[in-house]
Amino acid sequence: MTALAEITVAVLLVAGGLFGLIGSYGLLRLKDRMQRLHAPTKATTLGVGTALVAVAFHIWLTEDRFAFREILVAVFFFATAPLSALFLAKVHLFRDIPRDSLPPTGTGSTWATLTPDPPGGKS
Amino acid sequence: MILDHALTFAIGCFALALLLNLIRFATAPGFADRVLAVDTMTVNVTALVVLYSARSGSVFSFEAALLFAMTGFVSTMAFCKYLLRGSIVE
Repeated sequence: MTALAEITVAVLLVAGGLFGLIGSYGLLRLKDRMQRLHAPTKATTLGVGTALVAVAFHIWLTEDRFAFREILVAVFFFATAPLSALFLAKVHLFRDIPRDSLPPTGTGSTWATLTPDPPGGKS
Repeated sequence: MILDHALTFAIGCFALALLLNLIRFATAPGFADRVLAVDTMTVNVTALVVLYSARSGSVFSFEAALLFAMTGFVSTMAFCKYLLRGSIVE
């Protein structure tokens, strides 16, 4: 393994660790709940994805095989983090925000999160 | 050499992140924050499993990492669905 590849993997690892730490620190420190939602779902996902890519790159360089499983875990995180964030935001909207302080939707019907049955019948 | 230090640094960062998640979980002001803290904990534990397996040279830890990731996501979804609709499968 060349020195350049080693430095690349090391930089990716350090960046991943820092992003993960910043995400969890933001979860602890930010004030509003909607702000707190941003830190783990974006910074932590980016950090874990960077660390997984670094490990996969290291396996590719040292063992000369393509690390499918690490890339699979990273792709899984990048696919599911927005869904978690969306549903946690819906929970916040549903439970904690007063109904009359929401902005109007402009469509005649109320917010889809707040309807007793979703449009098109029961889901 | 530099790779060993970088790996140790990344493992330390994710372990510290896990401790911060635990503090958040203990002092969370609401239910959604607790769910978010647990979700972030599973993500950080997955990163720790992968980095530890890279350090020890084990090849069987990636199934554990994938299982952690999937159960974390599904449990977050189930919690959110329960809080939103009162039941998980309608």
